[in-house]
Amino acid sequence: MSPQPSTGAQAAAGQAVPLSSRRASLPEVGRRGGILLHPVFWLTLVFAGLMIAVPLHGNNVALREDLILVAVAIILASNLNLMIGYTGYVNFGHIVFYGLGGYVGLYLATVRNWNLVLAALSAGVTVSLLALLFGVGILRLRGAYFALATIGVLVAVHSFVSNFDPWGRSTGMYVSFDAYAPLGGPMRALWITYILVIVVMALSMVLSLAIKKSKFGLGLFAIREDEDAAVVLGINARVFKAIIYSVSAFLPAVAGALMFYKNGMIDPSIAFEYMLSLEGIVMLMLGGQGTVVGAALGGGLYERLRSYLLTSSRLSNFHLVIAGGLLLLVVLFAPGGLIGWLYRLAPRAKKVIE
Amino acid sequence: MTALLEVTGVSLRFGGLHAVSNVSFSIARGEILGLIGPNGAGKTTLFNIVNGVYKVDKGKIVFEGKDITNRPPNEVVHLGVARTHQIVKPLNGMTVLENVTVGACFGRDYLSLKPARQEAMEVLERVGLADRAETSARSLTIAGKKRLEVARALAARPKLLLLDEVLAGLNPTEIDQMIQIIRGIRGSGISVFMIEHVMQAIMNLSDRIVVLSFGQKLAEGLPEEVARDPQVIEAYLGDPDIADKLLENA
Repeated sequence: MSPQPSTGAQAAAGQAVPLSSRRASLPEVGRRGGILLHPVFWLTLVFAGLMIAVPLHGNNVALREDLILVAVAIILASNLNLMIGYTGYVNFGHIVFYGLGGYVGLYLATVRNWNLVLAALSAGVTVSLLALLFGVGILRLRGAYFALATIGVLVAVHSFVSNFDPWGRSTGMYVSFDAYAPLGGPMRALWITYILVIVVMALSMVLSLAIKKSKFGLGLFAIREDEDAAVVLGINARVFKAIIYSVSAFLPAVAGALMFYKNGMIDPSIAFEYMLSLEGIVMLMLGGQGTVVGAALGGGLYERLRSYLLTSSRLSNFHLVIAGGLLLLVVLFAPGGLIGWLYRLAPRAKKVIE
Repeated sequence: MTALLEVTGVSLRFGGLHAVSNVSFSIARGEILGLIGPNGAGKTTLFNIVNGVYKVDKGKIVFEGKDITNRPPNEVVHLGVARTHQIVKPLNGMTVLENVTVGACFGRDYLSLKPARQEAMEVLERVGLADRAETSARSLTIAGKKRLEVARALAARPKLLLLDEVLAGLNPTEIDQMIQIIRGIRGSGISVFMIEHVMQAIMNLSDRIVVLSFGQKLAEGLPEEVARDPQVIEAYLGDPDIADKLLENA
């Protein structure tokens, strides 16, 4: 059976839209040499290098303790960015990965006497797999319903851990001093965990960059813009969302394992600090969601502000009020955060940064 | 030669409303099949059934001999059926080029990024959007957004393209340009299934036309047959002389 002849058919062959011959003037369509040539990659390396070198030089412990919190904030914000900024799914319970990672890591490193790095990586893998399981369930939901479900996950995990005997219920677990012996005693162990946390921070930023520049990342951004359209364009949104939810759990869990090992103790209220989960969102909004540099900038700046407020005598109980006010100001006047504001001032910056 | 797409007896109800009831039709390779009918007749619903957005209650959809009934849209694209949306759905926060790259990346050939961008650039030239490649999809005019819909679908390298009112809201010049684009698409060997209210265009573009009314197939045939069908005139066209007015060479 051949199509019926018609005026349309006759015209088709002769009048096909001409393919333009001015290809030379078109923008370059290929990828510019992968992420290794990307300025943000080098920025991350330099930044992480300075974070390690400056406090190490002169054994500045006070500075190290400040910077480790900055690094954790950047880790949390960067990985939360994969969900909120890249995929458009607000996760109110992101801290659950950090806390669970802390528990699993601490359990493996102290009760089971595993090597710290191995324990932290195993914590990451375990929590990622768990997140995949949660994700398959709750990622059927969209928008506000998904956001609510993430609060549910946080509360549920919190209650479970608070009643879980092997992890010490609500009193939590402690690290005995002997546990630091394999790393050469507590003093050295603190420096080693610090350096490992900085490495995790750098990996978080590089991972964000790599995903953003990948086909997978393009699919995520399409889901963020319009999930229905994305599916019609061929993206298996359910699988993409479950994978990124799981990926966004990995490095926070590794960081949690390192941090709670370093702190020497963990209990449910510090592992699953609800406020920190919400503040992660403030960090992203402040810096600029969807961008690698924005998430890092927002995380770092917010953490410094928070520490300053918490330690100042007059404002110490005031920091959440200021966080709320800041969020309001950013949403109203700079919806793209600091990076969005920078792009508006200097559109060229976008070419260089991302 | 067997049909490219064979739809047999599909029905879909939304509660008490029979959105589509017992509709059958087929599309041959290289054919342009038009779909017309009054508002609310179920045309877009039928598109949504073919590309898997809606699951049917009854009936069967076979594409290239494969049963694709109730397969999700993302799988249907991989098999070679791409579509545009009547209410345009640009990925607003992304550039025009990125929008089309998404289509190429996740389309039939599942291209990786670099070839996908090349493909996207070529498709943008084909629909006349190449000079807007780096602008934000949000900033396009409605005509531009309709072209973007077509480009995104084309980038998937489909064998069958579903066009949902790509001419609506365009001015006469833009309509002419879009008609050229559609002829070009068919010229490149892609079959087209299109919904349209711009009668002159669809009467002249289509090889055959299916008429839908209240979810049922009212008529099917050559454009001039359909345009002279008394039932179709009563339900939709309204003017018995419309065939002579619309068909350039009738």
